[in-house]
Amino acid sequence: MVNALDPQNMNSFSEASVSVEIETEDMTLNIGPQHPSTHGVLRLVAKVDGEKVHDVKPVLGYMHRGYEKLAEVRSYPQITTLVNRIDWVAGFSNEIPFIAGAERLMEIEVPERAKHIRLILTEMARISSHFVFNGAYALEVGALTPIFYAMEDRERVLDLIESVTGGRFHPNFNRIGGVKPAAGAGPTSKKNIQDLPAGFYRDTKVAMEKVIQAADQFQNLIGGNEVFKKRTKNVGVLTAETAEAYGVSGPILRASGVKSDLRTQTDYLPYDQFDYDIPVGENGDCYDRWDVRVKEMVESAKIVLQAIDSMPSGPLQAKVPKVIKVPQGRTYVRAENPKGEMGYYIVSDGGLGPYRLKVRTASFSNVSILPIMLEGALLPDLIAIMGSLDFVLGDVDR
Amino acid sequence: MTEVLVKVGFLAIAALNGAIIFTIMDVKGASWMQRRPGPLHVGLRGFIFPLAEILKFVQKEDIIPTEVDRPVFKWAPAYVMVSCVALFAVVPMSPTLVVADLELGVFFALAISSLGTIGVLTAGWSSANKYSLMGGLRAAGQLIAYELPLILAVVGVVIQAETMSLVGIVEKQIEWGVPFVVGGQIVGFLIFMVAATAEMMRVPFDMPIGESELTMGFMTEYSGIRFLIFYISEYMNMFILCAIASTLFLGGYHVPLLPTEWVNFYGPVVLLTKTAILGFILVAIRWSQPRFREDQLQNLAWKILIPASLVNILVTAVMKVGF
Repeated sequence: MVNALDPQNMNSFSEASVSVEIETEDMTLNIGPQHPSTHGVLRLVAKVDGEKVHDVKPVLGYMHRGYEKLAEVRSYPQITTLVNRIDWVAGFSNEIPFIAGAERLMEIEVPERAKHIRLILTEMARISSHFVFNGAYALEVGALTPIFYAMEDRERVLDLIESVTGGRFHPNFNRIGGVKPAAGAGPTSKKNIQDLPAGFYRDTKVAMEKVIQAADQFQNLIGGNEVFKKRTKNVGVLTAETAEAYGVSGPILRASGVKSDLRTQTDYLPYDQFDYDIPVGENGDCYDRWDVRVKEMVESAKIVLQAIDSMPSGPLQAKVPKVIKVPQGRTYVRAENPKGEMGYYIVSDGGLGPYRLKVRTASFSNVSILPIMLEGALLPDLIAIMGSLDFVLGDVDR
Repeated sequence: MTEVLVKVGFLAIAALNGAIIFTIMDVKGASWMQRRPGPLHVGLRGFIFPLAEILKFVQKEDIIPTEVDRPVFKWAPAYVMVSCVALFAVVPMSPTLVVADLELGVFFALAISSLGTIGVLTAGWSSANKYSLMGGLRAAGQLIAYELPLILAVVGVVIQAETMSLVGIVEKQIEWGVPFVVGGQIVGFLIFMVAATAEMMRVPFDMPIGESELTMGFMTEYSGIRFLIFYISEYMNMFILCAIASTLFLGGYHVPLLPTEWVNFYGPVVLLTKTAILGFILVAIRWSQPRFREDQLQNLAWKILIPASLVNILVTAVMKVGF
């Protein structure tokens, strides 16, 4: 019989209790493909020890639709319908780099007015994409209300896109050499060039003011929330070096402090005529990634307002042959999409359609950073980090 | 025998109605804050929305997956509901309108409220689903952590009232002239409300459910009527904990300046109004706050709420002895 209260035995008892260690096994947790927070059908195979994530492997391909191959058997004008659906949250901006690539190979000079309309609609697509991110991200960290506000505000922008193009998500509006005559402009007549619908400038100004207000509201409603700050600040910190090494682009890269924006670096659209800021984050955490996107919405709205004021007159279409054949050659055009850098590598053999089309999408490269960022994170942080990358599965798998 | 049956019937109906009132309040609050047309305009201005909800769940198939531990899985919702209904037994609507005026009423309430944990934990464990398991474990950790501040916050009231009977506590507040929340228990009240929100597993403490992380936590595999029981229990729990909070801290069935001889008539109305006000605050919090992280939740309980409630007890005891 050992007397536990005997001071001589005390020492050995305390040691005994310290040396007990439970051996645990990591549990494999399949997050997705069907899961409310994976933005579609991303699958993460996570090894978790309780709440702690030890290892994450993203499994892609559940959304693969083979657009690169499909493009090989279609003519150039038909392909815009396909590429619309790559990143469906910002359908319009997918068309731009492809059309710009084909135009570069054909050496067509696009009229200024068409370029401006393209620019306006691209920025609107960016705004609507960021609205979706705002609502969805709040939902992922547990706030249920902001998504309703975001969707309502986004609808205004989508209405404008619809009034011009006829489609909310899949405009299919770009033509080689310019844009399609606007949908809301009335019947065709050769003398009366179809143009933007009546009241478009006025409605756009109202809507963009609303966007700026909404961004301000989000800054107060979400960004000012203590719980939201606790959930996102210093969570999922991504350094600029790692981000660049993994080919991360867009708002995620800028949130890490790299001032990289293809709108200023390339000339696929006349961005150099406008005055706007490129928001950059400091820490590269989830909060910064959210913050950069909200600020970007305001900048996009400013660009649209300036473009409306300085809209040049002129034709919507350059002169193009009836049957569009792209001369032999190859080109790569990249553009700053809401999710990051999007590029099309077009190889033409002089036929009706491309010989080969390679699509570089932002989300694919952005998702590749997940295993690095999620190592050692907690399970709720996993959702917060994943959400802050703002990927769309159509953009990942194509 | 008849008396017992009447009392049990009263309990079940009152608790269920409370749950329905709170459901209406929650969806109406949601539609008001989120500009949702559904619960605001559809069907008698949205007031028959809970009825539609209940009918929907009743007529749905009750799916029981093959791998589950069947008896445990089937009985888990019952535990949760029974603990809620039994809790209501000690809440006095007026000095006479109370199912059981136990001498150890507070003790009974706190003991019964922890019974629901068993239901949640068994639901998570028996579902044979990793998400459910994690939800169940989170719930167990959360309910244990917040049981302590909940009890410790009530201890202050017990010291001040010198009784554990809920009717006795209300009578003491009538005697004092002001409810305890004004008379020195404001910290206790706040701690109680925070801990009660965590006990109900509502936003911002809804990690065991956390639909964006764990799909639906311990409820993931439930469907049909069993899911409905969990769903109603949540609102029942909310209703009853708010009723207990108003009894302990806000003066229960009485408001100052009203004549005490009429308390049997206005008592239930007063209690329900106070409960509804507390419930509305919870609804407003639910629709405006994100969710905490699991470790932040535990930190809040162990590092802030429990020390604060201990200090509260100390101060109350010193005041009681000293003055």
